[in-house]
Amino acid sequence: MARLEEREQVQGSERLKDFLREMLLIRRFEEKVEERFRAGELPGFLHVAIGQEGVAVGVCRALEDGDVIASTHRAHGHTIAKGTPPNEVMAELYGKVEGCSHGYGGSMHLYDLERGNLGANAVVGGGLPAIVGAALAFKMRGEPRVAVAFFGDGATNIGTFHESLNLAQLWNVPAVFVLENNWWAESTPNSQHSPITDFTQRAVAYGMHSIKVGGQEIEPVYDAAAEAIDHARRGDGPVLLVVDTYRLVGHYVGDPQVYRPKGELQELRETQDPITKLRERLGVTDEEFEQLDADVTREVDESVEFAKNGTDPKPEDALKNVYA
Amino acid sequence: MPELTYREAVRDTLATAMRQDSDVFIMGEDIAEMGGSMGVTHGLVDEFGPERVRNTPISEMAIVGAGIGAAMQGMRPVVEIMYEDFLTLSTEQIVNQAAKHRYMSGGQLKVPLTIRTQGGAGWSPGAQHAQQLEAWFVHIPGLKVVFPSTPTDVRGMLWSAIYDDNPVIVFEHRLLYPVKEDVPEKLEPIPFGEARVVREGEDVTVIATGPMVHRSLEAAEEAEKNGVSVEVIDPRSLQPLDENTIVESLKKTNRAVVTHEAVTRMGFGAEVASVIQYQAFDWLDAPIERVGAKFAPLAFAPVMEQFLIPGPEDVLEGIYRTVGRNGD
Repeated sequence: MARLEEREQVQGSERLKDFLREMLLIRRFEEKVEERFRAGELPGFLHVAIGQEGVAVGVCRALEDGDVIASTHRAHGHTIAKGTPPNEVMAELYGKVEGCSHGYGGSMHLYDLERGNLGANAVVGGGLPAIVGAALAFKMRGEPRVAVAFFGDGATNIGTFHESLNLAQLWNVPAVFVLENNWWAESTPNSQHSPITDFTQRAVAYGMHSIKVGGQEIEPVYDAAAEAIDHARRGDGPVLLVVDTYRLVGHYVGDPQVYRPKGELQELRETQDPITKLRERLGVTDEEFEQLDADVTREVDESVEFAKNGTDPKPEDALKNVYA
Repeated sequence: MPELTYREAVRDTLATAMRQDSDVFIMGEDIAEMGGSMGVTHGLVDEFGPERVRNTPISEMAIVGAGIGAAMQGMRPVVEIMYEDFLTLSTEQIVNQAAKHRYMSGGQLKVPLTIRTQGGAGWSPGAQHAQQLEAWFVHIPGLKVVFPSTPTDVRGMLWSAIYDDNPVIVFEHRLLYPVKEDVPEKLEPIPFGEARVVREGEDVTVIATGPMVHRSLEAAEEAEKNGVSVEVIDPRSLQPLDENTIVESLKKTNRAVVTHEAVTRMGFGAEVASVIQYQAFDWLDAPIERVGAKFAPLAFAPVMEQFLIPGPEDVLEGIYRTVGRNGD
């Protein structure tokens, strides 16, 4: 049970700077991905999670080795935060053999079994039931492991969400459901897709413990995630962790966001950027920040080089891996 | 040689697997005390307890999805979907998730999940409790689909399904549950992709699945009286499909009838017919006949239901058409 003790050490520690670095790495990674996509280098389509880095890092850093996650179509941050090197994520976006899904998945299907990533899912809510099943397996085998599902507020309206929470609570499995409430289901605002704004009410219906936290400050996110994960791990049942956050970009790269109120994005970017908030919280000097930025930017640039120099799959490899 | 019903054969396989392997467990609606709506799992909860014989809510997405998640962790869950009509509720999890995790992960993941389900007409359940939907799932790369027609086959094939590292859908048929047969003393796994020649014949090959295997045997006996020798082949495993046994039989008989209880149009039989015409076009002496249900939902009134679904007489007519058209 390292989490709670470590939690005490987080405040004001080097660890927070480490979080800052990780969040900045994800930010620069996704900005680079946007840039390379617009340059026409990346096939398919992309969803970035700029503004939500604190959720990915805060939750994944509260996990232990052996814990597993399932992610969403907005998966780069979760994947990097769970430990997959940027090189392997970038190579996947370029469709290379060196990618974390070996070119079979792409941005919406990032997997890394070795590091406990059971897959990003392009069907909204699609990954939740399997997280219940993974948690059930941990419970049946008596393993002190936790399974975590990431999903957005848009997913709270689909059947898998309800069936998964119901079954998880009924069977008391060690699962944590991380609801990244960014207030938008693609282009549809919360007000048009949900009759409620406090999503912890969803947990009430299943008798599930829930925790709500703001997602733009990473310390509370980490603390809340640690609490939720500990709760699940010690056998007290699953938790719905609602993290209110902001998507400081469009639904997909290139989204003109005609649906956003004018000025909203600008204001949110100025007031709700989790990286700015943490930087200020830590009192990081401009010089320090520039150094950090240069470090992570170099890492991201290297990942692009790594990806571009990667191996193209053979076309006929498309027939492999259909069956085990 | 113990005699087992089809129902007992399924139960025997589940019990045997659970006895020897703690990774195997079953879950589904009403499968514990009630033993499932067909009584297949009756008594298993007494031996294995509610942790391994898990009653679930009516929640097909979660039943299949939880099976997927447990399977990805290396367990070998067997989930029951009470009626195959209810597969519709879990199709997203089967088609987008179970079938594709291995592929999308570039070969990292395995999903050794078995989905047992049953259906079939002949008892007036109406339009939502007896559809035959196997053709939907053989169309999906990443899934394996089997449809055993006898106690021996279901016993051995369910075993193979449990120990297959891929998601497998096992279609059972309600009317087959009471069918009895002497089965091998020791449970023998039956590999997928091997068709069974149920009856040897010279003039026409009938390729039949599920209950149509039995109905085709009746038709074959009748045809024999009129001097037509019928070979009956049960593919047993629809995906993978043993094309070779079917094609070789056709090359011997030069005529084929493909039959299943599902509606004929776009059915599994269309694929079998395509395999035959492509691989044995020059051997064909007559158009391939297809015998299945007429293109309507299943009606409730018994006379209408029976009108829609194929019986032995429909297979027999198909057989006669193949020889008649040849000018015999």
